[in-house]
Amino acid sequence: MASATKFRWRADRRPSQRGTEEPRAVKWALIVVALAFCAVFLLLPLINVFAQALSKGWTYYWDSLADPDSWAAIRLTLLVAGISVPLNVLFGLAAAWAIAKFDFRGKSMLITLIDLPFSVSPVVAGLMFVVLFGLQGFFGGWLDAHDIKIIFAVPGIVLATVFVTFPFVARELIPVMQATGTEQEQAALTLGANGWQTFWYVTLPSVKWGLLYGIILCNARAMGEFGAVSVVSGHIAGQTDTMPLRVEKLYNEYNAAAAFALASLLALLAILTLAIKTFLEWQQTRAYDRAQRPDPDK
Amino acid sequence: MSIQLKHVTKKFGEIAAVNNVTFSVNDGELMALLGPSGGGKTTVLRMIAGLEMPTSGDVFIRGQRVNDLSVQQRNIGFVFQNYALFKNMNVFKNIAFGLKIKKWKRADIKARIAELVALFGLEGLEKRYPHQLSGGQRQRVAIARALAPKPSVLLLDEPFGAVDAKIRQELREWLVTLHHDLNVTTIFVTHDQEEAMEVANRIVIFSRGLLEQVGPPREVYEQPANEFVARFIGVMNVLEPEVSNGVARLGELEFPSHGVATGQKLRIGFRPYAVQISSDLTQYRYRAVLRRTFFLGVMLRVELELPSGLVVRARMSKEEYAHQCLEDGKEVTFQIRQYRVLAREQAALPPESELSYQAPPVIGEHI
Repeated sequence: MASATKFRWRADRRPSQRGTEEPRAVKWALIVVALAFCAVFLLLPLINVFAQALSKGWTYYWDSLADPDSWAAIRLTLLVAGISVPLNVLFGLAAAWAIAKFDFRGKSMLITLIDLPFSVSPVVAGLMFVVLFGLQGFFGGWLDAHDIKIIFAVPGIVLATVFVTFPFVARELIPVMQATGTEQEQAALTLGANGWQTFWYVTLPSVKWGLLYGIILCNARAMGEFGAVSVVSGHIAGQTDTMPLRVEKLYNEYNAAAAFALASLLALLAILTLAIKTFLEWQQTRAYDRAQRPDPDK
Repeated sequence: MSIQLKHVTKKFGEIAAVNNVTFSVNDGELMALLGPSGGGKTTVLRMIAGLEMPTSGDVFIRGQRVNDLSVQQRNIGFVFQNYALFKNMNVFKNIAFGLKIKKWKRADIKARIAELVALFGLEGLEKRYPHQLSGGQRQRVAIARALAPKPSVLLLDEPFGAVDAKIRQELREWLVTLHHDLNVTTIFVTHDQEEAMEVANRIVIFSRGLLEQVGPPREVYEQPANEFVARFIGVMNVLEPEVSNGVARLGELEFPSHGVATGQKLRIGFRPYAVQISSDLTQYRYRAVLRRTFFLGVMLRVELELPSGLVVRARMSKEEYAHQCLEDGKEVTFQIRQYRVLAREQAALPPESELSYQAPPVIGEHI
């Protein structure tokens, strides 16, 4: 026992165990570089956000969040995300389903189209909507005549956000659905399930991680989008300012503490969603472990 | 009659995957659909299940025409090649799925699953997820899931394809026992003739979408309907001697002309077991050298090379081999006890066997 331990310890100190393994120096250098990079570019700014937000104390922090215009921005952001995320989940499921399970003409075209929002600058995306729905725009006259406001109003912000966050859910789901194939669904059919039951009990659970990840990314982007929203919003305080727009405005007004207070909320949201994801994954692993534990078979 | 197919054709585009197939399966039978890959057997199985619709022809289950019935309405149990277990559900929920869909009462579901779990030896695994099971366990769960709602027919697509050789043997025996106990009409698809012979009551043989023969294992082996069946089920020596002066000759071998005109070729087939070998050089008519010996367990297969270079495959028991003091390179004599005259047309042969036709003088291929 003792000699075995010793042997392993000695073996461990050898520069390389297998032919394919990198020397230990390289391994450690890579780890250090990766960690240092994360610390400098991810962790440090994040800490700074909270430090700045609380630089004038908790009272000031709460007050700046409770400011009517800031509070309106928070509500607007939640509203926009609340509309665009479900819309894109629906769309993403439909598109991924169509692409993964069927063969049809124009399939590659559809995939390219889904990617379009990724390749277009958000500012350009915002401008597209202004050109379409603005007063001088394509539908502008008609909309004005019917007293429908889209640009410089909430509908425009929702449209821009939906456009920008369009690909997230579909992009996450397509590979998962393609990998899953259709056999499980056929099995459900042979067991008597109808289309809806098959979707609900079999398809959806089998893509849940992809879907969850897609929703998280989609939501983060929906709440955090600046460029496209900035173009269509009109920056009306208390009405069409979302959180990111409000953060910028406060910062430009030399109210850094209030700007960071609001920014800290966005950061918190990111941390929270990642925490939830990690928690759910951990729960799943635990469920698997529990299933394996009573083991009279082997 | 449990299942009947009448003139069923299935076309994918221009290609007929299944071409005018008619056969029936009796109640409680264990039937094998056998054929090389691309033979159309899986398509037939899927049409019975309702996962594919026939282009023409009718499918009957228990006397009822089911062409217009959906998969859900046919009350069949289907086991997929890779089992298609629901990855997100544990063993219990997988087996319970069909019962839940059919709105069984909770207590009934529990009782039924307890029964199946015991029958299939899955005790203690109820909470496991598919990825935590071995290949054999997965297959048992898949069959239990298919059988749970008490289907009138059990359909299995290549049930032994996804497990390794040793487990496959166990599973075959297990399936036979299970079928014996439950007596549910079962159809399974396989490309392995040995498997079909061992497990099934009757075998349907397909090639290129055509039905070649239906019959019990022994019948298809001993009375193959055509050359394709003869060669697909087991090993066969096939040769084409040319007729002159009323005798068909190839190398040293001579056969009666069977009415074939001079200058024409006759087509002869014989099983390896029909070749009798003796180390006594005066006993039989033909001389040959024992070129190679293959050990197949109890039986041995040997290759005999005639002076003309012709090669004949023979089969004998280990005892016989030892008794005759045979070994590679030894000179022997042999005779052909029985042979069949094969039809000249080869329409139904699968493409992969074509090559062996081009390699006369003698072939005995395991296709």
